[in-house]
Amino acid sequence: MTAVELPLRTNVAKTHQLFSTSLALGSLKQSFVMLRPDIQWQNPVMFVVEVGAVLTLAFIVRAALGGAGASFSLGYFVALDVWLWLTVLFANFATAFAEERGRAQAAFLRRTRVSTPACRLRADGTKEEVSSVQLRPGDRVVVAAGEVIPGDGEVIDGVASVDESAITGESAPVIREAGGDRSGVTGGTMVMSDQIVIRVVAGYGESFLDRMIALVEGAVRQRTPNEIALTLVLTAFSLIFLIVVIPLWPMAFNAEQYMTSYLGLSAPLTSLGTDVPTLVALLVCLIPTTIGALLAAIGIAGMDRALRANIIAKSGQAVETAGDVDTVLLDKTGTITLGARLASEFLPLQGVHVRDLMTAAALASVADRTPEGQSIVAIALRSGVPDAVKTAPEHAKFIEFSAQTRMSGIDFADGRRIRKGAPDAVAAYLHALGTPTPTDVDNLIAKAAAEGATPLVVADGTRALGVVVLKDTLKPNIETRIAQMRRMGLRTVMITGDNRLTAATIARRAGVDDFLPEATPEAKLAFLRQEQTDGKLVAMMGDGTNDAPALAQADVGLAMNAGTQAAKEAGNMVDLDSDPTKLIEVVAIGKELLMTRGALTTFSIANDVAKYFAIIPALFAGTLPWLKAIDVMHLHSPTSAILSAVIFNAIIIPLLIPVALKGVRYRPMGADALLRRNLLVWGLGGVIVPFVGIKLIDMIMVTLHLVA
Amino acid sequence: MWTLPILLLVVTILLSIPLSRYFAIVMEGSLKVPGFLRWFERRLDSGPQDWKQYTVSLLIFNAMLFIFGFIVLCLQPIAPLNPLGRGILAPSTIFNTVISFMTNTNLQHYSGDQHLSNFSQIFFILPNMFLSASVGFCALTAIIRLFRGERLIGNYFVDMWRVAVYIYLPAALIIGVIFMHEGMPMTYDTQQTVTTLEPGSMGTDDHGQAKPQNIIVGPVAAVIPIKMLGTNGGGFYGMNSAHPLENPTAVSNFVTTFAMMIFPFTLVLMYGRMLQRVRHSVVIYTVMLTMMVGLIAWAVYWDTLSPNPAFTGTAQARDYQIGDASSPGGKHAIAVPAVGSLPVDQHLGNLEGKELRFGTSAGAVFAAITTDVTCGAVNAEHDSLNPIASISPFIGMWLNCVFGGKGVGMINLLLFLIVGVFLAGQMVGRSPEYLGRKVGAREMKLAMIALLVHPIMILGPAGLYAATDWGVKAESNPGAHGFSQIVYQYSSASANNGSAFDGLGVTYGFNNNPSPSPEAVPLDIGTGLVMLFSRYLPIIAPIAMAFYLGRKKMAPVSLGTMRDDTATFGFLLLGTIVIIGALLFLPVAALGPLAEHLGPIPFGG
Repeated sequence: MTAVELPLRTNVAKTHQLFSTSLALGSLKQSFVMLRPDIQWQNPVMFVVEVGAVLTLAFIVRAALGGAGASFSLGYFVALDVWLWLTVLFANFATAFAEERGRAQAAFLRRTRVSTPACRLRADGTKEEVSSVQLRPGDRVVVAAGEVIPGDGEVIDGVASVDESAITGESAPVIREAGGDRSGVTGGTMVMSDQIVIRVVAGYGESFLDRMIALVEGAVRQRTPNEIALTLVLTAFSLIFLIVVIPLWPMAFNAEQYMTSYLGLSAPLTSLGTDVPTLVALLVCLIPTTIGALLAAIGIAGMDRALRANIIAKSGQAVETAGDVDTVLLDKTGTITLGARLASEFLPLQGVHVRDLMTAAALASVADRTPEGQSIVAIALRSGVPDAVKTAPEHAKFIEFSAQTRMSGIDFADGRRIRKGAPDAVAAYLHALGTPTPTDVDNLIAKAAAEGATPLVVADGTRALGVVVLKDTLKPNIETRIAQMRRMGLRTVMITGDNRLTAATIARRAGVDDFLPEATPEAKLAFLRQEQTDGKLVAMMGDGTNDAPALAQADVGLAMNAGTQAAKEAGNMVDLDSDPTKLIEVVAIGKELLMTRGALTTFSIANDVAKYFAIIPALFAGTLPWLKAIDVMHLHSPTSAILSAVIFNAIIIPLLIPVALKGVRYRPMGADALLRRNLLVWGLGGVIVPFVGIKLIDMIMVTLHLVA
Repeated sequence: MWTLPILLLVVTILLSIPLSRYFAIVMEGSLKVPGFLRWFERRLDSGPQDWKQYTVSLLIFNAMLFIFGFIVLCLQPIAPLNPLGRGILAPSTIFNTVISFMTNTNLQHYSGDQHLSNFSQIFFILPNMFLSASVGFCALTAIIRLFRGERLIGNYFVDMWRVAVYIYLPAALIIGVIFMHEGMPMTYDTQQTVTTLEPGSMGTDDHGQAKPQNIIVGPVAAVIPIKMLGTNGGGFYGMNSAHPLENPTAVSNFVTTFAMMIFPFTLVLMYGRMLQRVRHSVVIYTVMLTMMVGLIAWAVYWDTLSPNPAFTGTAQARDYQIGDASSPGGKHAIAVPAVGSLPVDQHLGNLEGKELRFGTSAGAVFAAITTDVTCGAVNAEHDSLNPIASISPFIGMWLNCVFGGKGVGMINLLLFLIVGVFLAGQMVGRSPEYLGRKVGAREMKLAMIALLVHPIMILGPAGLYAATDWGVKAESNPGAHGFSQIVYQYSSASANNGSAFDGLGVTYGFNNNPSPSPEAVPLDIGTGLVMLFSRYLPIIAPIAMAFYLGRKKMAPVSLGTMRDDTATFGFLLLGTIVIIGALLFLPVAALGPLAEHLGPIPFGG
């Protein structure tokens, strides 16, 4: 196995800047709008912060109006409140920014969805000019070369090359034709050659892509089950810390009372421990604001990352599920192997020179435009067969391959006839000429079949010359990609219509874990269901209408955009590039989404340890000054300690926005190694980083004389 | 010094391995028992139950236990076996005691030898200790079966029978015989009158004759084995395991300590065996053991190997300034002068409140273990531990899963585990899963509810009582130490531990006591309610959680699955417990033991 590590992302067609001024300004405005309690409420953790900020504000107003309770400088409370508001705004900004980016991405796709003129066919076959806006499902439209396809539909007549760069970013045109699995066309793409008739399947603004764009824009973004569960846990953690902080007031009061009497003071002592804004600050520092702020952004960014890979996910849940996939079903043809079988070996019979076999085979294939035939010619030329075979001899007659004869060949003017074709067809041909097929041929055929290859027998006149072996050719690097999937913990299963022997050979060469030979759509569906019954989550890719049931059944069904409408409706993701190896990317994106969420949650909770060491001594500096001993950071003063913790808590949010948007990188390295790595980085790192950060902030504030 | 804890751990670990196999056999119902026991079992079997029926049976059984306990304690003045004519306890104390023994807490706001008759000891204390200890055991068994994906999880009453009769009874008999051999009383008598060795040590009577000493005795050897084995901790005598008749020798002390550890240790391995995930349970076991070793070492180091700070004084003078509105300049200076140490030989560490018959480290070791496994028996005065050493028993109760009580300790650990898996497990790039099953919102909701109860029940009441006369008037020492006493009382109640820091005036005594502790009634009721809430919610919610998790499809293990039987997972679990535990309880630790340790001497002491 080669040690080559392929990048998980093969084609990021559209590179966008992470940050742009217009995006930022729009998000900034949105962050203020989101302060509205009914919107803020959707994020319970940040709602708690907002309530705390309002409470502190009320306290400041009361203190400024000369009310009781201001035993510390007003500047401290104002600074505290400003940072509390900033915490909420940073959180809103993170969400708004992710949404804006998704929207920008969607707008890019939407640019293709403008109104265009369309040529609609009336029932009687006459044409009429209408706007694409007026198209209804079922309408038939004619699109000629140079025209824009007015809406999503299926080709019902004709073949055309279509430029789909508007949605895929891929400049090479693709073929779309009536019938078969390449009949789907997308509105906004352009016909480059020929003319096709399309049956429109979606009205204006309701097409498949339109609905998906809406999803991406977040207009109908639904929280995934994992996100709901995490929100619940974060809310519970907020509640837990509320439980920790509220009893601190009476406990601090108890300390104030006994210290007053212990020191014999006339006036009761006060400490920050009974100061409500400070306790609010403690609460805000403890509740998981970091992940609470970034949670929505992580989810949106996940879908956005999928979109950047030219995959449109119907829901965030689909992306998330991709991370959990256990089994990947891969179609052999087009995914693991190149579409056609190519000549790999020439096996002459006893007494026949290999050169003669090659020449005869090449001559028989000159007019054969199939990849199989072309590969025979190409290899023959490479092996030294004279170029002359390329040009057809005069007066020669070519015999085209047909499904009936299953042979192709050439008839020379001099009566020489060369044939190549399926062994039984050639045998029948020779038998008709009165020549029995030599037993040697059967041996060669058996040998080729044993390797899973397809044998073709070549006959010159009445004499069999030998066998040409056609083999499936693996796509470049496919072994590496499959090995990569294995390291990701995925079980790869190859689906093929070939017989078991052929399938086994290719499976072995490609390195897949399992294969399903002689697969019919029903067998495929049954296999999929069996895997699911065993508790596995299955991903598959498909394009044809007969794939639709399996795509719908699969946990991750990735439909190719070039595929039929039925396939696209059945799957829960659509690959705009129609690239069959995209599943790896989909799985990686799903895993990154989950990892990012886990990493930032762990980081957020681990952060709290350091904040305690800053805040607890500060809370009781007025009553139990010796608790300063647990202030390992040696912070300047009680108020600077609390402010430093609050500031750290706030600015860590914007600092982590890039991580939330880009995602924690997934490395195919096995779960245990991955966990160890992430625990060290985000868990241990989460414990250590705030100690450094809080100390730094404290030092900066002291240097700038910002704190007393 | 270290011999005792090391020997204890080694013996317990070695014995827990074969015992866990026996436990699993018993709970799977495949133990071959004599026909008459089988006959009883069949009488109890009301048919297989689903999780709801099982839980309801558990609750009904406990409600019956409550009523039964109330009746027995109320009958004490008129019941037999009461030659000393013990009266009825104060109603609030009965309430507290009945809940205490029903919830396996065994917090004692009374003194067994002073306030209970042998009737109450035999018909209330003894059966409650067997039965309440079996409840947690059954709850864990139910959870295991639910995790296995079973819908019908056996019969609660049959399980109770199996635990009590096939596990506790034989074990208690063996331990009881050892105790009797060591000199523990086992009699229906109530007191022995003896002439003291030192004449007049009990005072003299009207004729100038030296008074004899009345020594309370009773069926001690029947009560004490199950008190330890069931991690109950409710002593026959008020002084608990420090009493010479409740813990006569160093050997009995060893057996006593071992007996409270063995079943919690074994249950973790039973969990693995019954789920056929032995390696996973070994990881959990190791995590728990690591914490226990740490807590024992902490207690021994700071108590047995460190002098009592009250005698050593302060070598250097310290100055502190605190804001004080009434002082000139708004600052009040606190000067802590250097204090010379007292001429006390302290090479044996802090000896205050220790029972030296068992060895110098026995008290610290016992204090750490009894709180880890929620036993609550004590053989030394926790109030007299060095303040910094007392953090060890506090942590044991706060985490409540350092082996913990039988069954419930493991259940508590599962809560931390689920939270850890949920938070950090996603870092492998898969939805969080435990035992191959995806952990979703509903499971997390139930786990968080169960996890919330413990801190609420400790911090809430501790705050309330610390700020009001209910707590402040009951403290024996003002300040940080008194605060520790209050926090300890509620930690012990909420952890269903039952040990006491002591020093808090919690005893009302008999109903006709003319001068009870002033705040005994609010403390009786407060801790009673805490024990009640902290017992059942953290049992019911995890059972429901196990049901919802268990009915999910089990995904096969692949390279991408987070392994739950590796060292990495162990660190994840340990990290989760330590961080969440620290976040919940660091403030009270700072206000109590840490403030006392760091403050001047004498301060609050």
